[in-house]
Amino acid sequence: MKTNDVILQFTAKIVFFIIFFYAVHIFFAGHYTPGGGFVGGLVTSCAIVLLIIAFDLKKVQSILPINYIYLVATGLIVALGTATFSMIAGKPFFTHSFDYFNLPILGKTSLHTAALFDFGVYLVVVGVTMTIIQTIGEDE
Amino acid sequence: MNNFLLLPIIIPFFFGMILMFGQKKLAYQRITALFGLVISIVCAFALLATVYENGPQSVTFGSWPVPFGITMVSDTVSALLVLTTLILAFFIVWYGFGSIGKQREQFFYYPGVMFIITGVNGAFTTGDIFNLFVFFEVLLMSSYLLIVLGGEKAQLRESIKYILVNVISSALFVITVAFLYSVVGTLNMADISEKITEVNQPGILTVIAVLFLMVFGMKAAIFPLYFWLPSAYSAPPIPVLALFGALLTKVGVYAIMRTYTLFFTHDLSYTHELLLILSIITIIAGCIGALAHFDVKQIIIYNIVIAVGVILFGVAQMNEVGLEGAMFYLIHDMIIKAALFMLIGIVIFVTGTTNLRKMGGLMKTYPALGWFYLIAAFGLAGVPPLSGFIGKLLIVQGGFQAGNIWTSIFILASSLVVLLSVIRIFIYAFWGEQGQLSKEINKTTYNRLFFPTMLLVIVSIFYGVGTEWIMPFMEDAAKILTDPSIYNDAVMKGGE
Amino acid sequence: MEIIMAFVCGFLFMAAIYLILSRSLLRIIIGTGLLSHGAHLLILTMGSFKGSAPPVLADGVTDFVDPIPQALILTAIVISFGVTAFFLVLAYRAYQELKTDDMTLMKGSDDNE
Repeated sequence: MKTNDVILQFTAKIVFFIIFFYAVHIFFAGHYTPGGGFVGGLVTSCAIVLLIIAFDLKKVQSILPINYIYLVATGLIVALGTATFSMIAGKPFFTHSFDYFNLPILGKTSLHTAALFDFGVYLVVVGVTMTIIQTIGEDE
Repeated sequence: MNNFLLLPIIIPFFFGMILMFGQKKLAYQRITALFGLVISIVCAFALLATVYENGPQSVTFGSWPVPFGITMVSDTVSALLVLTTLILAFFIVWYGFGSIGKQREQFFYYPGVMFIITGVNGAFTTGDIFNLFVFFEVLLMSSYLLIVLGGEKAQLRESIKYILVNVISSALFVITVAFLYSVVGTLNMADISEKITEVNQPGILTVIAVLFLMVFGMKAAIFPLYFWLPSAYSAPPIPVLALFGALLTKVGVYAIMRTYTLFFTHDLSYTHELLLILSIITIIAGCIGALAHFDVKQIIIYNIVIAVGVILFGVAQMNEVGLEGAMFYLIHDMIIKAALFMLIGIVIFVTGTTNLRKMGGLMKTYPALGWFYLIAAFGLAGVPPLSGFIGKLLIVQGGFQAGNIWTSIFILASSLVVLLSVIRIFIYAFWGEQGQLSKEINKTTYNRLFFPTMLLVIVSIFYGVGTEWIMPFMEDAAKILTDPSIYNDAVMKGGE
Repeated sequence: MEIIMAFVCGFLFMAAIYLILSRSLLRIIIGTGLLSHGAHLLILTMGSFKGSAPPVLADGVTDFVDPIPQALILTAIVISFGVTAFFLVLAYRAYQELKTDDMTLMKGSDDNE
């Protein structure tokens, strides 16, 4: 069945970026306020799903050639890596550290290793969600 | 603080992650999986030695003060179980090379095994009741993957029921933890143990105790809640079955053992009496199942149920001898069940059927298999000097000490049924006329399956004959179980 | 408040059990979802509703709610999300292989296949 979905496709192209950057915002906002890697990951996968609805699975796969299972594994390694890093430093597992830095454009910023852990969570969530959607979607 | 105790959990987890890459390269997958397990085994050995020397070790995540952060505690009980888990996983993975099939190996079988080991070891080590739930979910998620891997019709059908049962039991677990939290206001297991003696609310605590028994009993397959087990476990291939049979139910047993010695000691005459009765009925139900079936897989699966009953009977005695027996029997049962599943896996491979009536006369063609099966069967039933004997002896001794004369005698009598049920396999499969033989027997595959199995049976023989060396560890474990203050002090002190 | 929540939890559990006992696989999965929602609400209720401010550190706030139940719920939600997703995929695969989503047709062992 051929449907005329020009409007959807055109909108999706723009809205994808809006949603994606909103996800990035949520991810960083999670540092002190509600948000974080899990929600950010879900919103990102929503953006990708929107693309999949507007175009189709194969086309999206060629735009974003990501093996989502590798994404899960990478995310897990990042998360575990941040947690184990403190073990090497002789502190209990999962001990985070943070400090304030003066970055060129952003000014005084607090950098926290928990954000790295959260980034791992983000990757895992995107990976898992997209793997599930792909497995169900592939057959049609 | 001792981060070292986390290594047997982190290393399998890490290797599980890197195994998710390169899933099509068989050699890489196999070697990395075995390598990871060997490193973990070395770490677990070192951990056991440390714990035995210096008493329980603990670490609280993220440098939080003790009752607030997630604490991981390794005492002799958990260190012994972690070591056994890793050794069994090593043999099962090795055995799987010959029988799991290329397709499964290339579709995340090894990461699944690694993650299940992570979950099991984590559940054995954790000192936080909600973290126990998280590790349960880790091991359940990987078990969902392993049970459905391959996608045969029976597997799909059974895994739906398996997942449904476990989702419900997980929800119950969350509910129970919520109740417990509202009563004691803490999640740290050592802290709960101390708070429970202070709050003095026996009524609601007994309710929570029974709820915990239901939650863990669903995993451990005790009497009214074991109905999912025989059909669910018969679906996956033999290495996965061995992994499940040896480890998963035992995690439930461990959790019952831990909660019923650490938390719920306020009303022994109700909770432990209930545990005693349920364990006896579990044994009866398991015996009936084991005798009724002519399917080799089902016979051994029902023997899991019997063993769970025997171990919980030891726990229900609540004295040092009984708990020592329960610990000894728990580890014995993990080893011997894995060995038996591997042995009947070979029998199924050689004959091409699981039906006992079609088998026969294997003694002529495969004498070594026959003798090793006989040793494992005797070990399971508890013929001295094999390992089952000492465990049962201690459990029955504990029963006599606690004044449960008749039930203890019943446990002894149940050994005869166990012996009968496994010897029946021996008689049908190895004696008599030559039965059905599979057409695709291939000597190298047979040897590949037989070698790890043989080694595991030898390990179980050593476990029985070398009791003299193992006993000090068991005594230490039983001491910690009977006297929660050792555990509590170690946790409270560890955070400072 | 606790009374209302007790009723809401009870209603969720009731609906969940009703759905789980039905024959259609999809209804069962929705039932498990409701079951975990009920459990999460129960944790929230069990943590009691004392305190008025959110448990975020800020100046001058002393009367904040207990953060532990919220942390527990967050963990439990993530886990139930994963399990439900897996269950859905599995149900879909099972439907393709077995050509049915009726639980009564899925019972039995290999003998009666």
